[in-house]
Amino acid sequence: MKKEINISNDEKLIKSLMSQAADVSIDDALENEMIINMGPQHPATHGVLRVVLRLDGETVISSVPELGYLHRGYEKMAENMSFIEFIPHTDRLDYTATMCNNVAYVLAVEKLIGIESPDRAQFIRMIAAELSRIAAHMIAIGTFAMDVGAVTMVMWTFREREKIQEIFDRIAGARFTTSYTRIGGVASDIDDFALKMIKEFLDQLTAGLNEMARLLNSNRIFLERLEGIGILSKEDAIAYGVTGPSLRASGVEYDIRRAKPYLFYNEMDFSIPTYNDGDCLARYHLRADEVKESVKILYQCLQKIPAGEIIANEPKKVLAHKTEVYSKMEELIHDFMIINKGINPPEGDIFFSAENPKGELGFYIVSNGTGYPWKMKIRSPSFCNLQVLPKLIKGHMISDVVAIIGSLDPVMGEADK
Amino acid sequence: MKEIILNKLIEKLGDSQIEFSEFRNDLSILLKKEHLLDAALLLRNDEELKFDMCKDVTAIDWEKRKNRFTIIYHVYSFKNKFELRLKVNIDEADLAIASLSGIWKSAEWYERETFDMYGIRFISHPDLRRVYMPEEFEYYPLRKDFPLLGIPGSLPLPK
Repeated sequence: MKKEINISNDEKLIKSLMSQAADVSIDDALENEMIINMGPQHPATHGVLRVVLRLDGETVISSVPELGYLHRGYEKMAENMSFIEFIPHTDRLDYTATMCNNVAYVLAVEKLIGIESPDRAQFIRMIAAELSRIAAHMIAIGTFAMDVGAVTMVMWTFREREKIQEIFDRIAGARFTTSYTRIGGVASDIDDFALKMIKEFLDQLTAGLNEMARLLNSNRIFLERLEGIGILSKEDAIAYGVTGPSLRASGVEYDIRRAKPYLFYNEMDFSIPTYNDGDCLARYHLRADEVKESVKILYQCLQKIPAGEIIANEPKKVLAHKTEVYSKMEELIHDFMIINKGINPPEGDIFFSAENPKGELGFYIVSNGTGYPWKMKIRSPSFCNLQVLPKLIKGHMISDVVAIIGSLDPVMGEADK
Repeated sequence: MKEIILNKLIEKLGDSQIEFSEFRNDLSILLKKEHLLDAALLLRNDEELKFDMCKDVTAIDWEKRKNRFTIIYHVYSFKNKFELRLKVNIDEADLAIASLSGIWKSAEWYERETFDMYGIRFISHPDLRRVYMPEEFEYYPLRKDFPLLGIPGSLPLPK
């Protein structure tokens, strides 16, 4: 039976656009209103974000963001696999900060099971997450600057990011899809050579950051394109559920590393930069400042990292190392049970969120006592931050749309899940 | 904090008892469907509580329970640095619930997502369209009776 294909989706979109109040008007713009379609294949939409814009001349009257071009159904997949099997999938959420996702996910599962990883593992996780945060902010700043015309910047930031990838290659065995953390610890220990690499990287990073700051902070084109563009007020930011750098650039001092500390962040000495302007420039400055704070945290981690185990001693919940599985009976039995039956957390539901480069990444996991989660909801920061986009771009020029999307820094792998 | 929230809710809703549960220090409150709007207004507007950010809205499909779906709201209070989970059970026969997008603006997209994935209608939602799936898609993918591999023919292919 052939079914009539309904292609009225776009018409509906346009209808909803036209129904929105048009209280923005420019005296003598081009007379006609225009609907244009930005994305999903557009270099400045950072992936496959599609924004349908209603324009008066070059001024945006209203807009509707359309998501779902990268929807892979991770929440459905999570319900059909064990907790351990899902770890590699967290890499594909926010693919610019894979380590942060790995850490957030295993911490959520550990909260559900009720175990804690050893101190050394927690420090390693902190190092990995902060390096990942620097890498993600480097991409954010670089592509953002490129979007508004400063193309040199993207070369410079990717140069720094490349060094972080080398470090990840050393500690996790993969540059990009790291899948480094395990429930109860991390996959492999961090060796002295890797620690030395991190130290060397940090030592030269400050000079690199200053160089980048000199390139951008006095660049008149860059400043004039961003200053006063896309202002997000404190009240709106909270009402729209914006988190992460965009929230802090609007003057709310909210960072989960401080508000609800996990790992050893409560023992670290770092500050939470905030800006009150809430415009694109503030969001850029905030990211640059956050990189410096991450460097501070990393130096402290390198100093304080204790010796010891890297995986918790919980034989029924944590997979043993393969060498032990092949040589010891007990470990072999547990390995068999965990792989075949899963780790069976107690019945209940938890919500755990961690501070990711884009904002608050939360996992809501419902367990019914079996090896598979009954439900897993991913609260992805990019999705929530994109919600405020129509409000920010209303009344701005079409070229500012690019700057505003860049300053919100959405990653579609995460927004679309 | 727990006692304050519960006492205020009891006072406002006129119930003698409010069901709540605690697991791993997460406080969840189970509300009746008709009480949801009142409770949400209280939680946001009360000077002492000030739950001013809605972090997440989602649903759970219980498949075989009497009330098949549970709607979950995660709200956060910056003032108290406190996170609260609201739960509302709804039955499959009446898959509709009041929208909270008028109270927390951020709930608008989260509710759209919940509608997209579970088919739950949010009454008086300003723009209840699908978020991820195409508009002409007829199923709700996160329901337990939707197969993992999808339903053949449910997405139109180019001719």
